[in-house]
Amino acid sequence: MAEHQALYATDEYGRPFIILREQGRKVRTHGVEAIKQHILAAKAVANIIRTSLGPRGLDKILISPDGEITVTNDGATILSQMEVEHQIARLLVQLSKSQDDEIGDGTTGVVVLAGALLEQCEALLDRGIHPIRIADGFDRACKVAIGHLDKISDTIEFSAADTGNLFKTAMTSLGSKIVSKEHEKFARIAVEAVMTVADLDRKDVSFDLIKVDGKVGGSLADTALIKGVLIDKDMSHPQMPHTVRDARLAILTCPFEPPRPKTKHKLDITSAEEYRKLQQYEKEKFTDMIKRVKDTGANLVICQWGFDDEANHLLMQNELPAVRWVGGPEIELIAIATHGRIVPRFEDMTAAKLGKAGLVRELTFGTTRDKMLVIEECANTKTVTVFVRGSNKMIVDEAKRALHDSLCAVRNLIKDNRVVYGGGAADISSSIAVAKAADEIPSIEQYAMRAFASALDSIPLALAENSGLSPIETLTEVKSRQVNEGLSTLGIDCLGKGNPDMKEQFVYDPLISKRQQYLLATQLVRAVLKIDDVIIAGQAED
Amino acid sequence: MSMNILGAEATEEKAENARLSSFVGALALGDLVKSTLGPKGMNKILQSASTGEINVTNDGATILKAIQLDNAAAKILVNISKVQDDEVGDGTTSVCVLAAELLREAEKLIAQRIHPQTIIEGYRIASAAALEALEKSAVDNSADPVKFRQDLVNIARTTLSSKVLSQDKNYFSNLAVDAVLRLKGSTDLDHIQIIKKVGGKLTDSYLDEGFILDKTIGVNCPKRLENAKILIANTSMDTDKIKIFGARVKVDSTGKLAELERAEREKMKSKVEAIAAHGINVFVNRQLIYNYPESLLAEKGILTIEHADFEGVERLSLVTGGEIASTFDRPDLVKLGQCDLIEEIIIGEDKLIKFSGVAAGQACTVVLRGSTHQMVDEAERSLHDALSVLSQTVKETRVALGGGCAEMLMSCAVDNEAKRVMGKKAIAVEAFSHALRQLPTILADNAGYDSSDLVSRLRAAHYDGQSDAGLDMDQGTIGSMRQLGITESYKLKRQVVLSASEAAEMILRVDDILRATPRKREAV
Repeated sequence: MAEHQALYATDEYGRPFIILREQGRKVRTHGVEAIKQHILAAKAVANIIRTSLGPRGLDKILISPDGEITVTNDGATILSQMEVEHQIARLLVQLSKSQDDEIGDGTTGVVVLAGALLEQCEALLDRGIHPIRIADGFDRACKVAIGHLDKISDTIEFSAADTGNLFKTAMTSLGSKIVSKEHEKFARIAVEAVMTVADLDRKDVSFDLIKVDGKVGGSLADTALIKGVLIDKDMSHPQMPHTVRDARLAILTCPFEPPRPKTKHKLDITSAEEYRKLQQYEKEKFTDMIKRVKDTGANLVICQWGFDDEANHLLMQNELPAVRWVGGPEIELIAIATHGRIVPRFEDMTAAKLGKAGLVRELTFGTTRDKMLVIEECANTKTVTVFVRGSNKMIVDEAKRALHDSLCAVRNLIKDNRVVYGGGAADISSSIAVAKAADEIPSIEQYAMRAFASALDSIPLALAENSGLSPIETLTEVKSRQVNEGLSTLGIDCLGKGNPDMKEQFVYDPLISKRQQYLLATQLVRAVLKIDDVIIAGQAED
Repeated sequence: MSMNILGAEATEEKAENARLSSFVGALALGDLVKSTLGPKGMNKILQSASTGEINVTNDGATILKAIQLDNAAAKILVNISKVQDDEVGDGTTSVCVLAAELLREAEKLIAQRIHPQTIIEGYRIASAAALEALEKSAVDNSADPVKFRQDLVNIARTTLSSKVLSQDKNYFSNLAVDAVLRLKGSTDLDHIQIIKKVGGKLTDSYLDEGFILDKTIGVNCPKRLENAKILIANTSMDTDKIKIFGARVKVDSTGKLAELERAEREKMKSKVEAIAAHGINVFVNRQLIYNYPESLLAEKGILTIEHADFEGVERLSLVTGGEIASTFDRPDLVKLGQCDLIEEIIIGEDKLIKFSGVAAGQACTVVLRGSTHQMVDEAERSLHDALSVLSQTVKETRVALGGGCAEMLMSCAVDNEAKRVMGKKAIAVEAFSHALRQLPTILADNAGYDSSDLVSRLRAAHYDGQSDAGLDMDQGTIGSMRQLGITESYKLKRQVVLSASEAAEMILRVDDILRATPRKREAV
């Protein structure tokens, strides 16, 4: 940086101007310097979303390059939409995304934890500990912590009839979101939706069967669970009936149009005779298509493609209500819900391939002519749609995200019904266990393990801070009580209920979610510590 | 030391700054529209920057839609007002003003170092209490048709009184109620066609029992026809192409070309024959009708109307009870539309087609007249508001009282609730009630009355048990809203409180605004 960045000069009239030198090539940092830079970047990311943690965490407004607004407090959403440029910061974005993909919940926590771990590394690096040794220490600590989580976890019982515990988990997951306005309602919807589609024997929940759809208008309280499928379409002809009882659905992926071969072709009309023939053929084709559908006994047509005006009218004349331009995923969902088969060609149409539904009706909304189609009382009762309402677009979007999180939380419990206690209780308990284990290690990793223990404290600290409590005081008090009374269920009393026992407040977190947080955060930290240089390829100097 | 992890030009506003920017944006927007509130509210001129077109309006949603905003919180307010417009049709200003007032109160509380989440808790308690009070006060007269009609007329009058149509609100409220009742419960306002024609005065506007189509009758056709049998079609009457993909004409001699042309003509002729076989005397097509088929049809004594657009065709089918046909091989299956008389009429300078004596009549036409374009446009918006509210009221039949009465009622209920709440939340609950009281205050201010005096008298009246007391804006006193007939739809009021509190909550929860690098646009 010895060169001058700016040059003072005067033009021919003696007026001064400043010539700024194009910023020269950035000095590449490497070694410990680079790691420190990276830690700084990671901390910056963690600090942004730290305030969103917990039931009293706050939201962020994200403004996209086109000026679109998203209001959210979901960690994964914030990070993915804030257009992070820095390379290491991007790793953190990936981290929260993988937690989102894997577990669906706890996306904020994992980033806060990773940020805290990296912060601890800084001090260790200053002491001259090699980055890899730190990473090794963290790995050992992580193992201890996970072992400890298994130990303190509780198995919670639930059955199809008694979903009380699932409900409480859903409540915890929703506590931090805006939908806590209708807390119970959303939690109930989440549990009911998951329980409807869950396969309790295989401990599996197929999310393909749960559709979350939203529409602005009304309020969050009007959100409802529909046992069936909802599609944002209406009947193709305004005069078709708006309700169909005992519907037999023909689900088609072929358009009501004359067939066209896939290969490129041209059809030459060379005489009037041919012209007439073609005209006849076209007409027959239409009647034939309708007849095939009608013959199977169908009384509702769901089609992925559009219809020609003529076909549309023929359908109407033959009392075949039809829906056109239904999207691919939706058509699949309808097929699953009604036990129908998707028919790609009219020739394949048979009565056995029809889907069945008790009631198909059109819903109208507000003063605009928005219509949606509800398919209810389906043959397959295991499909549900959550229909989210809200007073503005942002709130509907956020409610959808929140619902997704809570659906995931409930699903995780069905997969593995062990839980740990939230409110930082599990983190504090693990922190104590790791700190204890650290003292037994003879090598340098001891330091790293202690650092890991302090990093674990960052989650309860952030919770306390966001709740307006004095963080250090609260944490130390809870920690000492955990050690003295041997209760691993004590956590931060965010809601001011006067009782820090999370078991009694029913604040549950699925074990796998917490475990995944520890594992992912530790892995990421190791990755960051191993990087000692960033080389940007392909950036030519000009 | 912090590190820039975001792209160049991306900005981040944190904590206090973020809140400040939300509050400033929301309050500015609220102040902007609040002068349009109420019967004595003022209008705004909106001028388009690109075309210079002028629009005079006092409809909140229209104003907000026209403003270019760069503030996130303000955009949320615009969105709730838009949703209010889509959902209920009116109250677009109220919802925005209430949300802004809630935020104004919240700003004060935050200055007192109260946690935003605590304020939200308080607001939630308050809005629940307010809605409960509102629901209790709502009256349902749907069982008694005479009273219900009176309710509807009152709602229409209340809605229209703050608009350009207020001069003739009696006339228009009856007109609107008639129009909505004809829909028979449907809320599809597209079935009410509003035709705007400049000229004449506002009271020259009328509701036509029949149906008016803003099109002209084809040439060579009679201009008046009795006992019409109408076929409503959506079919191509130009060349009627072969739809098979890849088909094209390839001939090697002129003779053959002529032959083909003849075949084409014959095809069209047979189509016309098929159409005529329906035994009709009027043919309305959504698409164009070329000269050749038109003359063929005219020869058969069939009146043709071409290029009636989607809505026109749909409304016509609703009114006349005919179906929209695209194939003509089975005349026995096609339902024809019927009406007693079709004639060409002239409004102002334009020729229109009027269908009278129609069978079904689930659609109707309102012809609006006015001295200037702006006037007619604004009249249309006002009428649309009234129609929307009415159509929603037909569905949700309960009504609440206007003139600040419902707000004061809710405010009192919230005040009562505040006394029972423990903790800091109670302050937020009180703030909510204060925000609710701002609505009657603004109403009074806009009318130039002494708002502090009026509102305090109004509050006293409510505590005295006069639960129907409101502001009488003509006299500048407190009066019984029930006697004055100032009613509003319950759904509207409910939606205003719900949307405003949800939006306020949403904005309050924010402590960070991250703005991505704006997308570079190519200069045009």
